[in-house]
Amino acid sequence: MSAIRATGLRCTFDELVAVDGLNLDIAPGEIFGLVGPDGAGKTTTMRMLTGLLPPTGGSAEVAGCDVVRDVERLKEQIGYMSQRFGLYPDLSVLENIEFYADIYGVPIQGRPEKLERLLGFSNLTPFKQRLAGNLSGGMKQKLGLACALIHTPRVLFLDEPTNGVDPVSRRDFWRILYQLVREGVTIFISTAYLDEAERCNRLALLHQGRLLALGTPDEIRAMMPGALVEVRTSAPRRTARLLRARLAGASVGLFGDRVHVVTREVVPTQARIRELVAAAGFELLGLQAVEPSLEDVFVAVTASPPAAAAPADLSPMSANR
Amino acid sequence: MRTEPTQSTETVIEVQNLEKHFGTFKAVAGISFAVRRGEIFGFLGPNGAGKSTTIRMLCGLLAPTAGSGRVAGYDIVRDTEKIKTRIGYMSQKFSLYDELTVEENIDFYSGIYRLPKTRKAERKEWVLTMAGLRDHRRARTSVLSGGWKQRLALGCAVLHEPPILFLDEPTSGVDPNSRRQFWDLIYSLSEQGVTVLVTTHYMEESEYCDRLGVIYRGELIALGPPRELKTRHLQEAVLEIECERPNDAMEIVERLPEVKEAALFGHGLHAVARAADAGPADTAIRAALAGAGFRVARVEGITPTLEDVFVSLIEARDRAHAPQTEVQR
Repeated sequence: MSAIRATGLRCTFDELVAVDGLNLDIAPGEIFGLVGPDGAGKTTTMRMLTGLLPPTGGSAEVAGCDVVRDVERLKEQIGYMSQRFGLYPDLSVLENIEFYADIYGVPIQGRPEKLERLLGFSNLTPFKQRLAGNLSGGMKQKLGLACALIHTPRVLFLDEPTNGVDPVSRRDFWRILYQLVREGVTIFISTAYLDEAERCNRLALLHQGRLLALGTPDEIRAMMPGALVEVRTSAPRRTARLLRARLAGASVGLFGDRVHVVTREVVPTQARIRELVAAAGFELLGLQAVEPSLEDVFVAVTASPPAAAAPADLSPMSANR
Repeated sequence: MRTEPTQSTETVIEVQNLEKHFGTFKAVAGISFAVRRGEIFGFLGPNGAGKSTTIRMLCGLLAPTAGSGRVAGYDIVRDTEKIKTRIGYMSQKFSLYDELTVEENIDFYSGIYRLPKTRKAERKEWVLTMAGLRDHRRARTSVLSGGWKQRLALGCAVLHEPPILFLDEPTSGVDPNSRRQFWDLIYSLSEQGVTVLVTTHYMEESEYCDRLGVIYRGELIALGPPRELKTRHLQEAVLEIECERPNDAMEIVERLPEVKEAALFGHGLHAVARAADAGPADTAIRAALAGAGFRVARVEGITPTLEDVFVSLIEARDRAHAPQTEVQR
C-alpha cells in the first residue's frame, strides 16, 4: 500500500491555478522531497495532503485515509510541521510538548517515557525547562519536530523545516529524519535548498503548480540537456561576457569566480573556450566538465521567460552619474 | 596575463567594533570590516545571526549601542540623513505596494527620492527595461511572479543611482532562474562602480560574492574571498564519498579513528579527516565500507565546500565559548 497517493490533485483560487493535476505515489518509509520556488504550489500541496484544504479536483489518500472524507482519521496518522509551526514562546520546551500531547489525546499512561524519548531524540533534554522563546532557530525547529511526533504519526509532513537555519543544526535535523525513516515513518518534505533535496530518496520538481520532473536525484540529474563545463580564469567576469558573446549555442552563467557553460558538445566547446580565453589574454586556471547540480537541471528545464532576460549590454546606470 | 580591471582601493564602508544590544541580548557583538568601491561583499549566516541588524545600522535606520562606522564618508550615527541619499536599500520583503501598478510603484519611489522631472521618465524606462517589465507596466504588482517583483524592487532601490547598495536576503524564495538573472544585474551594477553589500543564508549564493564575512551569533567568525575561506580555515583534509545508502554508511565512516566527523552532503557523504593528508582516511574508509558490504563509487580528497568550513568554524567557536545565551528574538 502507498503511504501517499495523489491522482490529478488540483487546487484553484479564483482564476489562479495553484496546483495543476498532481500525480504522486509514495511508498512507506520513503523520504520524498518537494522542490520549487515560492509560489510553485508546495505549501498548497501539503495543505491538501494533510486535509487542511479541500482539493478543487482530483483525489488523494494518505496512510489509507481519503483527504476529504476521512479527515479525522487522517489527522491521527500524520504529523505536520508547517512553516509557522505554533510554538508557545512563554511556555517551556517540556510544556510545549505536553500541550501537543493533550491536543492529540496521547494517553497519560506511558506519556512521561514518551516525552523523555522525544526530548532525547531531538537533543533537547538539557533544555527542557527553557522557554521556547529563548531557543535558537535550530532548536526551535527541533522542538517543532518533537511536537509533530508526539502521537507517533506514520507519515510526517515538513514544510521547509530548515529554512534559514545554521548548517550544524541542519545536519542534526537530517540525522533525526533518517532515524525516523528507520522506524518506518514516511517523510514528505519541501525545501528550497536544492542540495538538501539530493538527500531524498525521490523528489518532485514543482514549477507553477505542475510537476516538471519526478524521480531519484540521479534520474533527475540525467534530464540535464547537455553537459556542464566549469571555466576558471584570471578574469571571471570578463570571461563570462566574452563567452556569452562568442560561444554559439551554449548558455553561460557566472558564479563568483567560476563560469559555467552548458553545452551539448563538450570536447569542441572546451577547445573553443581555450582559444577564446587565450586570445583575450586571460590565464586559464581550470577547465573541466562537472556534474550538474539539481539547480543547474532546474534552470535548464524551466525555460526562462524572454521578457526577463538579463540586459547584458544595457548599462544599469544612465550616463550622467 | 590580464585580470579584472584593477579594483578600487577606495574604502566606502568601514565599521569598527560595531555592537547592537537589545536588552541583555547582543544581536551584533563587536564586528569590524571594510568594503572597497565596486566590491560585492556578502554576509553569510543563519537567521538571527545579526545580518539584518548590521545592515540597518549601516543604513542609518538603527543606532549602534557601541562602535563606529562610516558609509560613503558619512558617520553612521551623526550623518544618517546624508547616508540615506547615497544608498539604496532593498529589504527581504521588497517593500512594494501590491495594489499599485508597476509604473505607480516606480513613480512613488521617484517621488520619495525627489528625482527631478527631467530624469524621472528616463529612469522609469531604465527600470522597466532592466526588470523586463516594459510590457507589464500597467500590471498590478500583486500579480507579478517573485522574480519580477524582486527585479522591480531592485530597480526602485537604485532609481536615484546610489553608489552603495544594501540587499537584505534579496533572493529568498525566488526561483533559481530569477536568482541567476538577479545576480547578472548585480554583477553589472558592480562593474559600474556600485558597491554592493548583500546578505544571504544560502552557502551556494555566498560564493557569488567577491568577499565574504561569515557571521554567527553576532560575531564575524571569518572574512575573505570565498576561495580563500575554503582553503585557509580547515587544516584537515575533506573527503567526498559516493556510495550506496549514505545515511547507513555515515555511521561506519564516523566511527573510524582516521575520521574526525562525517555528514551527509548532496547525494553522498563528506568526511573530515584527522590529518591534512587525505591518504590514511581514504584507505580506512574504503576498507571499512567494503568490509561492511557497501558498494563505493568514489572516495576523493576535495577542496572543502563553504558548508564544511562554516560547520567547522561554528563548532570551533562553540567549543571555545560556553554554549551561550541562546538567541532571544
